[in-house]
Amino acid sequence: MTIKAVQGAVDDDAAPLTHDQLRELYTLMAAVRHLDTAAVAWQRQGIIPGYAPELGQEAAQVGSGYAVDRTRDFVFPTYREMGVARAMGLDMVGYMSTHKATWHGGMYNPLESRFAPIQAVVAGSVLHAVGWAHGQTLGGAQDTGVAMTYFGDGASSQGDVHEAMNFAAVMKAPVVFFVQNNGWAISVPTERQVAGGSVAARAAGYGIPSLQVDGNDVVAVYEATRSAFAHCRAGNGPVVIEAMTYRRGPHSTADDPGRYRTLDEERLGAGEDPLERFKQRLLADGVADEAFFAEAQRKAEEEEESIRAGIADLGPRPGAEMFSLVFQEPTPALQSQATEWRKESEHA
Amino acid sequence: MPETTTAEPTATAAVGIQQLSMQQALNRALDEILADHPKTVIFGEDCGQLGGVFRITDGLQAKHGEGRVFDTPLAESGILGMSVGLAMAGFHPIPEVQFDGFAYPAINQIVCQIARMNYRSRGTLPMPITLRVPSFGGIRAPEHHGESLEALFAHVPGLKVVSPSNPHDAYHLLKYAATRPDPVIFMEPKSRYWQKGPVDVASADANTAAHDGGTDDAGSLTGARVAREGRHLTLVAWGAMVSRCLQVAELAAEDGIDIEVLDLRWLKPIDAEALATSVGKTRRAVVVHEAPLTSGLGAEVAQLITQSCFATLKAPVERVTGFDVPYPSGDLEDEYIPNIDRILFGIQRVLEYRRG
Ligand SMILES: Cc1ncc(C[n+]2csc(CCOP(=O)(O)OP(=O)(O)O)c2C)c(N)n1
Repeated sequence: MTIKAVQGAVDDDAAPLTHDQLRELYTLMAAVRHLDTAAVAWQRQGIIPGYAPELGQEAAQVGSGYAVDRTRDFVFPTYREMGVARAMGLDMVGYMSTHKATWHGGMYNPLESRFAPIQAVVAGSVLHAVGWAHGQTLGGAQDTGVAMTYFGDGASSQGDVHEAMNFAAVMKAPVVFFVQNNGWAISVPTERQVAGGSVAARAAGYGIPSLQVDGNDVVAVYEATRSAFAHCRAGNGPVVIEAMTYRRGPHSTADDPGRYRTLDEERLGAGEDPLERFKQRLLADGVADEAFFAEAQRKAEEEEESIRAGIADLGPRPGAEMFSLVFQEPTPALQSQATEWRKESEHA
Repeated sequence: MPETTTAEPTATAAVGIQQLSMQQALNRALDEILADHPKTVIFGEDCGQLGGVFRITDGLQAKHGEGRVFDTPLAESGILGMSVGLAMAGFHPIPEVQFDGFAYPAINQIVCQIARMNYRSRGTLPMPITLRVPSFGGIRAPEHHGESLEALFAHVPGLKVVSPSNPHDAYHLLKYAATRPDPVIFMEPKSRYWQKGPVDVASADANTAAHDGGTDDAGSLTGARVAREGRHLTLVAWGAMVSRCLQVAELAAEDGIDIEVLDLRWLKPIDAEALATSVGKTRRAVVVHEAPLTSGLGAEVAQLITQSCFATLKAPVERVTGFDVPYPSGDLEDEYIPNIDRILFGIQRVLEYRRG
């Protein structure tokens, strides 16, 4: 599959990726694959209570995240964008802390990392991206920051997604709606989720240019995202990208995919492994050799170990934070509840 | 400590005091907020060129530009979800929901997003959003155009809730709320929009007020207001019910019953100290609200009073409220909203209460 413009054209005359960039993309994907696989193991080992794996979505996540300009853009993730976070250079202990149940939104700084807090409400932050993006254009500036919001094919059924697309189109807000269509919303397959053929096809109804991209081809995803960003930055309003991929593992560590698909169906649906596919391409093009891949794997393992150590070191948060972080200006009732809690739990 | 003024503010010729309707007072407040705070943006359905269906944003777009005051598509979740992103981008959004009942489609964004983003982000993404909601009934409007959502909002951690009862408070409370770093649900009693009253624009510098404590004028905006002083019983109310309670107090006075009326103003946080002071003195209380009885804010108020005044209370706290029914249509509205008779009966129950 290649990039397919569903409606409208998105111009892109940017230079192709250099060999260094291609190798960097692979290194990122290898790191994400390893960390993701490890996180599932951490859950089995009782290191973390739960995790939402993204096995098979590395190309979609790394390719899109790599296109973000961290000096001016802002990303609005769901609960499954570990690969985007890694590609954007987030503090991964801070990111993983949400799966350790340390803090809902994660322990990273969203303003510095340009990555909004992890979002558990399906489609919850799609509108936030529109608001943020509209804010960029309110001053009338050109070449503004772009908001990129991630959501799944299941989330696309939420009313908020429709409101967001309509708002963004009416306001010409610089938003990239990045749909990771991984084939499933927990147990429900895309064909029983999405009317109208595809999420990308819906964009036409809002007059938003859209494209479907092979979500297992990291270069294709990167290029699609880059051109969407260019389109938004030029003041042309939003773009919808639907990256067609496949969720190879369970929805979450609590899920049992055996109840809704067989292993054979899984193998068939998953298609080619995006990581292996990219490796073969780099080999064929002479961009990287086996030594490079071995080194990428070694780095990934090293990185995972340090993140695991960081996670293990994360103690529970002080209970006082439960009270002190609700408001910028706490209410008297909340302050007295905090005082009472301190007294009764002898944390004074 | 509650601010004390006598009765509803009445006409006065003092310099700096103007006779304004609540609509005018709110409009003026928004105008000044836009002028003073460049990061403020106002938006919602029809609030640009039309100035809102209640004209609260009248003329603001023409004066401040379409970047500051704009119409959105007709989608409440969109309006509130957009507010989150604007706040994340450093703006102070003042969104409007056209009628209270249409806050329901946006509840997810209000409860799961606006109320939690500061917490979720460990204080790095404050939500300085003031959601203006024309609230309560009394105008014989169609279904969903008159609801009392205060208990619903006040129950949500991360939200603050305020409701003015007169033009002066409307002006100052809005200026105050709109400059706070936390989300405030601003419930405007729509049946009072056209009532005029004196507004002393110079009396409080809402922009520099400290939220907690503060004995200055502005600090008093954070608490309740004694709308009428009395010795025998405290009527606790907010929004449109305050003026009705003041009427009741006048009538009761003819029978020699001296009623204090406490205008709560803030429904979260509730001024527990003001309740304790007032009921500590009168030893009897009746809470009056338009919202249904069960799990309404009246229960919260009664509990706060019980906690501070149990030993001296002469009777259980009574509630006079709407009923546990969907808000009825215009013909039955007067039966539903606490009227003077029902409030008087409530007062009587408390005054005649005998132990055992
Ligand atoms: C509003 C809401 N409803 C239900 C859920 C429970 N839930 C979590 S993930 C999910 C499926 C989402 O599918 P999709 O959007 O395709 O994303 P994916 O998980 O496949 O990445 C559901 C139903 C939720 N988190 N939020």
